[in-house]
Amino acid sequence: MSVTVTVTEAVTPLHPTADEIRTSPNASSPPSTPPCPSERALGLGPALRQAAFAPRFAARSALVKRSIQTQSLPPSAAVEILNKQRLHRPSSPHYTIYQPQLTWVPSIAHRFTGTGLSILLYGYAIAYLVAPETFSSAQVVELVSTLPDAVKIAGKTILAAPFAFHSFNGIRHLTWDMLKFVNLKGAYTTVYAVFGATTVATIALVMW
Amino acid sequence: MQSLVALSASSSFRSAGIRSFASSAARAQAVPTEKPVLSKEFKIYRWNPDEPATKPTLQSYTIDLNQCGPMILDALIKIKNEIDPTLTFRRSCREGICGSCAMNINGQNTLACLCRIDRETPKDTKIYPLPSLYVVKDLVPDLTLFYKQYKSIEPYLKNDNPPADREFLQSPEDRRKLDGMYECILCACCSSSCPSYWWNQDEYLGPATLMAAYRWMADSRDTYTAQRREKMQNTMSMYRCHTIFNCSRTCPKGLNPAQAIAKMKLELASE
Repeated sequence: MSVTVTVTEAVTPLHPTADEIRTSPNASSPPSTPPCPSERALGLGPALRQAAFAPRFAARSALVKRSIQTQSLPPSAAVEILNKQRLHRPSSPHYTIYQPQLTWVPSIAHRFTGTGLSILLYGYAIAYLVAPETFSSAQVVELVSTLPDAVKIAGKTILAAPFAFHSFNGIRHLTWDMLKFVNLKGAYTTVYAVFGATTVATIALVMW
Repeated sequence: MQSLVALSASSSFRSAGIRSFASSAARAQAVPTEKPVLSKEFKIYRWNPDEPATKPTLQSYTIDLNQCGPMILDALIKIKNEIDPTLTFRRSCREGICGSCAMNINGQNTLACLCRIDRETPKDTKIYPLPSLYVVKDLVPDLTLFYKQYKSIEPYLKNDNPPADREFLQSPEDRRKLDGMYECILCACCSSSCPSYWWNQDEYLGPATLMAAYRWMADSRDTYTAQRREKMQNTMSMYRCHTIFNCSRTCPKGLNPAQAIAKMKLELASE
């Protein structure tokens, strides 16, 4: 994390001579004649010799001035910088950008239908406890019989479809718990089966 | 041009060697044909930690697919090289073995190096970082928690009585139990695709870590199975898995973390 800038004292010659290219370790082509053994052992190639004895002011002027200012920090400051950055990090988007797939969409539907049916069941049961007269079966039957057919069918569909889906998808979950269909192909086959069974059961319940 | 074709056709009746020389000479003089420009728009999630007040945005880049490699990673590298060097993403092996370039491409988590660019449809391609993780920069998510969770399940062989004079032996049947689990490259595609992990990643371990946990439970050489199971006996660590199957659906290596977790659940329930 800490940034330290060390100014290189060695000269970077603008125009390297042929000799320097030959002895440079980075040169891609192998030298045509090997450097003399003493040069190799001491690392005193012509380039280094030139650099060592070159006047200093020439070195400074050869360096390009940097426009970016850097600050020297101890390594211990790293954690603080990191923590400061962590506070600002956004969380990447999830369900808003994730592709709707037949894996997680039925799963969330299972949860929503389960919640809805529970609210209905417990809501009605508690309401019946509070006011048994108003919510008795006879009263409900009387209320429904006054409704027009379109509302009856719509209402029955709204109740039957979530009930059928939740029941069949629940069975699907039980098969998974017994290690049946626990692969991608199985998951897709069973979800189509659940959709089919839900459609049939919903129609049957509405017609009934 | 027609005379050239005729000439090469008639020369083909002579010897193959002469014909090949003639045709190569003719080709060298021809103007190289350029492929037509096939533009494709990429919309890429951008966020810069140096400007934390600026909200994340989608930035659009258009490149010529005929001057680009076939994979999404090729497009990203091309954009970084030629259009915008500030675009930040992880990449290393470019062949689906390191897991670095995991990201959300067109709504699915996958490895950019294994995901082909869709050349057929003119629709743009949207690229986001892995979902529900903190963003370090652009497409780079913070995987610190993911790695900590992996570390917490002690992903290594634990056995107090190793054989004294030789290596651990394992029957082929026992070895086969690890197939489909040991290949995980920990790219975090599955964990970050899991809705349960989106809501509960502070406590729920996520599919990648859970499959690794079961990989060591299933290993016949490991003697700490009971302790490993004990760690899972709470409501959060494993039982937040609701068999959604996003993990198996998205795994770029074709593995099945959902099955590993289902097996683990059954073993824990029936012990």
